[in-house]
Amino acid sequence: MKKSISPTNAAAMIPDGATLMIGGFMGVGSPHRLIDAILVAGRRNLTVIANDTARPGVGIGKMIAAGLVSRVVASHIGLNPLTQKGMLSHEIEVELVPQGTLAERIRAGGFGLGGVLTKTGLGTLAAEGQRVIEIDGQQWLYASPLRADFALIHADRADHGGNLAYQLTATNFNPVMALAADTVICEAREIVPVGVIPPDSVTTPGVVVDLLIERAAA
Amino acid sequence: MMSPQEVIQRRVALELHEGNLVNLGIGLPTGVCRYVPQGSGLLFQSENGIVGMGERPPEGMEDEDLTDAGGSFVMAVPGAATVDSPLSFGLIRGGHLDVTVLGGLQVDERGYLANWMVPGKMVPGMGGAMDLVSGARRVIVAMQHTANGLPKIVPECTLPITAMRRVTLIVTELAVIEPTASGLCLRERGKGVDVETIQKSTSARLVIPKVVPEMPMPID
Repeated sequence: MKKSISPTNAAAMIPDGATLMIGGFMGVGSPHRLIDAILVAGRRNLTVIANDTARPGVGIGKMIAAGLVSRVVASHIGLNPLTQKGMLSHEIEVELVPQGTLAERIRAGGFGLGGVLTKTGLGTLAAEGQRVIEIDGQQWLYASPLRADFALIHADRADHGGNLAYQLTATNFNPVMALAADTVICEAREIVPVGVIPPDSVTTPGVVVDLLIERAAA
Repeated sequence: MMSPQEVIQRRVALELHEGNLVNLGIGLPTGVCRYVPQGSGLLFQSENGIVGMGERPPEGMEDEDLTDAGGSFVMAVPGAATVDSPLSFGLIRGGHLDVTVLGGLQVDERGYLANWMVPGKMVPGMGGAMDLVSGARRVIVAMQHTANGLPKIVPECTLPITAMRRVTLIVTELAVIEPTASGLCLRERGKGVDVETIQKSTSARLVIPKVVPEMPMPID
């Protein structure tokens, strides 16, 4: 059985300066209650690895606006002017990574791989400072693995064993992040008894999940 | 009179064929789906993780877990599949995506596209654009011919490029241009637009065949 804790207690586990992977795509499929608890806890100097920084007032966008984040690794910040402003004024260090490469770097981090080789970004600014590797006459860009201290993810359903099932486009980066962090905390819409989610419907096996977020008080 | 956007969207729609898996970028490209005939057997992919994306749902029918890459609510067509981000980009990079339609800031004589940043000014990030331009079988740039009167089809991109890949086709309200090994070939001109007008709005050198027909523009 996995322990279920309150968002407040989960946020209390996260120290200043921690590296967080946060699931979601423009806030869809992000662990919103957990994010709100981190805002209340008021952490500093967090590194956030995520697809995007959403919009001001939404999901990760709230953390940016509150000044909790000093470093972002993301593919897109275009819908959050505050992240762009922070990047241009050097208050937030932003590493922009092509979206497919970001997914593969996280996958490599979680799957025990030394990185991946991709054509994406070759000859562009995204290749600056990166290694180009030639194999059999073909050039590839090396993308290094990414890991985090915490993965904060969202699922549609969890069972008490930590098995997770996702829904529609709220899936996005959540399953891959579930393997790439030392501590994995999942906020699910509902928590059901073990056995309710059929094995074929489990996308993330509970063995990689450390903690669940308690259901919201009715 | 049709708006420039509508001309572009209608012309791009003619490039999409039965059975194609197609990714439409946010903004002008999104509107291309309005001009694709019903029952054409196309599937739209969105990189946030859906194959078989449908239209915007009627009010009150939105599902908070079902959106496009811009975060707008969409529907899923019968037979749709939702996937996680690694698989979504496996489809894109792995050559399984037939067509990507993207907006552009500049395209140059090499056929290279710049569409993801203006240094010091606009740094939205590349999102999925670099993967899409590198990996899709056909890359169609759908953009207005000029920006504030300045040419966007230029000798060499001054903005950072999106990929070292020659795009398949450029569609503007004035022209359809095909980047080839011997340069940018003018394939079609807009209705009532003469070649001279196109050249004046283009700073890149154009290869101009003897006959440049008007764009086909079937009206529903």
